[in-house]
Amino acid sequence: MLEIKDLHVSLEEEDKQILKGVNLTVEAGKVHAIMGPNGSGKSTLSYVLSGKDGYEVTGGSAVLDSVDLLEMDPEERAAAGLFLAFQYPVEIPGVGNMTFLRTAVNAQRKARGEEEMSAAEFLKLVRAKAKTLKIDADMLKRPVNVGFSGGEKKRNEILQMAMLEPKMCILDETDSGLDVDAMKLVAEGVNALRDEGRGFLVITHYQRLLDHIKPDVVHIMANGRIVKTGGPELALEVENNGYSDILAEVA
Amino acid sequence: MALPQVKLGALEARLSRMQPIDTGWSASARAAALNTLNAMGLPDRRDEYWKYTNPAALVAPEAAPAQVLGLPEAALCGDLERLKIVFVDGVFDPEASDDLIGSGVQIDRLAACQDLDLHWAKPVYGSLEAQGQVPVERPLAALNTAFASDGVLIHVTAAVKPILNIVYRHENPLSDVMLHHLIKLEPNASLTLVENGPIAARSNLVMEVEVADQAQFHHIRAQGRDHEQRCCSSIFASLGRESVFKSFTLTVNGVLTRNDCVLSLKGDDAVAHVAGACVGDGAFHHDDTVFITHDAVNCESRQVFKKVLRNGAVGVFQGKILVKPGAQKTDGYQISQSLLLDEDSQFLAKPELEIYADDVICSHGSTSGAIDEDGLFYLRSRGVPTPLAVDMLTLAFLAEALDEIDNDILSATMLEQLEAWLARWRS
Repeated sequence: MLEIKDLHVSLEEEDKQILKGVNLTVEAGKVHAIMGPNGSGKSTLSYVLSGKDGYEVTGGSAVLDSVDLLEMDPEERAAAGLFLAFQYPVEIPGVGNMTFLRTAVNAQRKARGEEEMSAAEFLKLVRAKAKTLKIDADMLKRPVNVGFSGGEKKRNEILQMAMLEPKMCILDETDSGLDVDAMKLVAEGVNALRDEGRGFLVITHYQRLLDHIKPDVVHIMANGRIVKTGGPELALEVENNGYSDILAEVA
Repeated sequence: MALPQVKLGALEARLSRMQPIDTGWSASARAAALNTLNAMGLPDRRDEYWKYTNPAALVAPEAAPAQVLGLPEAALCGDLERLKIVFVDGVFDPEASDDLIGSGVQIDRLAACQDLDLHWAKPVYGSLEAQGQVPVERPLAALNTAFASDGVLIHVTAAVKPILNIVYRHENPLSDVMLHHLIKLEPNASLTLVENGPIAARSNLVMEVEVADQAQFHHIRAQGRDHEQRCCSSIFASLGRESVFKSFTLTVNGVLTRNDCVLSLKGDDAVAHVAGACVGDGAFHHDDTVFITHDAVNCESRQVFKKVLRNGAVGVFQGKILVKPGAQKTDGYQISQSLLLDEDSQFLAKPELEIYADDVICSHGSTSGAIDEDGLFYLRSRGVPTPLAVDMLTLAFLAEALDEIDNDILSATMLEQLEAWLARWRS
């Protein structure tokens, strides 16, 4: 589904290479996790895939279902089925959460040549999905992420994911800033979306999240590359021993 | 002090073109205003409050032509009951207007009642404007008082249910209009006034509002449409005890707009809110100049102004809060912000506070900024195309000013106007 080949990325502002040849394939229906020490390039990978400004791709490719992601604008990537759950969801004062969601859903439908969702249809759907994520009517009415707690922001990300029904979901440290209960709620939301046709790339520092969202494959990223790939047991190894053993082993 | 030669010349040139007015009971007020004007001259760039806005086009003897777009009237009032008063190029249109009759309100026209010597408006006409000339001179308002050809005189004695809607139409590309409205609200009376439509190629409007104790006045207006028009407006209001004055202005288009608002809080516990939202593209110059005087105890004033500018558009805000000695417990708030959509646009702000009481809260802030890149990326990453995302963020920016409109229906129709304008802007 998502195929990343030899991806090289530098920062635009300074001549600094962050990704130095990332190779990664996420199959439909699978959950891949990426772990790695701070500064290894995990978040950069998520931003580059979703099209954030400030990065320059100096080599390699990223293809989603035979579509070249790197050639597209962020909104086109979203319409093509890519979704990034932000590590730090952005607050947008003045834009109602519901308006935002509906605009996004319909913009994607329009871009794909599908019929837009009616207000009634949308409302029914969003209420049902919000309920399972314990998002109340007030949170839907408030401006996007404004005054939301850390947990509320992350649940709101998952609600957007549930409404947009992307093919490929990237979760960038979705567990950061969450207490145990909130993490469980978020994980349940993600698990509910697991589907044969959908791929997941879960970026995290901790094994804890992977107890709830069970990965099929775990990658270790260091210094801009995937240095080791294994099964769920790899995450446990990191949890118990840290990264130093693995890094020493591949050095 | 004699006027400098330049000012004298400009004033003489302007006055030589003025049409004589059938004065009647307003004669003495008009003569006094003319005296004031003769003493101060017309504004030029050297005047303190005209540094950021060139008044030349407002001062010139002739109005520059302005293309008539002839757009249909915007349905600002929605389904709300309204009493419509129509002026075409500053001339009252009785056919298009409703009968000027309402419960709790007496409505006359300045041009039609000059001979009624006991008219309630006689002691009011020009009085607030004259008081508003100190400490800052407002020569264009004095010019208006001296030469206004017509206007609506509204005496409100109870809570008036229908909205009074003054609708302006612009049909003559060379029209040059001066209208002077008077509104007097008796104690406990209330009125909502809506003004909209392109007024003329050039217009000079004055509105004097006396809000008595516990009375409430709500004013909402939409300026713009015919882009080439030039407009200066001046609101002078005095507020009695526990009274409320709220004014909101939406401006879209207009090569030159200067809106003065001079408010005096004279009774304790009065509330004055003045707000504005404007969106400008290219040859667009928009100036809000506000002067609020707190002269009573425990009064609240709020100024909220938001401007969205692009392609070299210019926004100006000059806002002052003067707290007089003894005006304790004053709560004054002022915010002016601009959203600059490119590097060619400019926002010039001059917030001023002058406080002579020691137990007051006064805050002010002014910012200029571009579209929030993080917010824009967030919206785009969810599939919202860039132009639509920019519109959403633009409307979000203006929302704080629109929130100042107390009436939900009027607030919603104003938002629709803005949305439609942004959609046209995008295409």
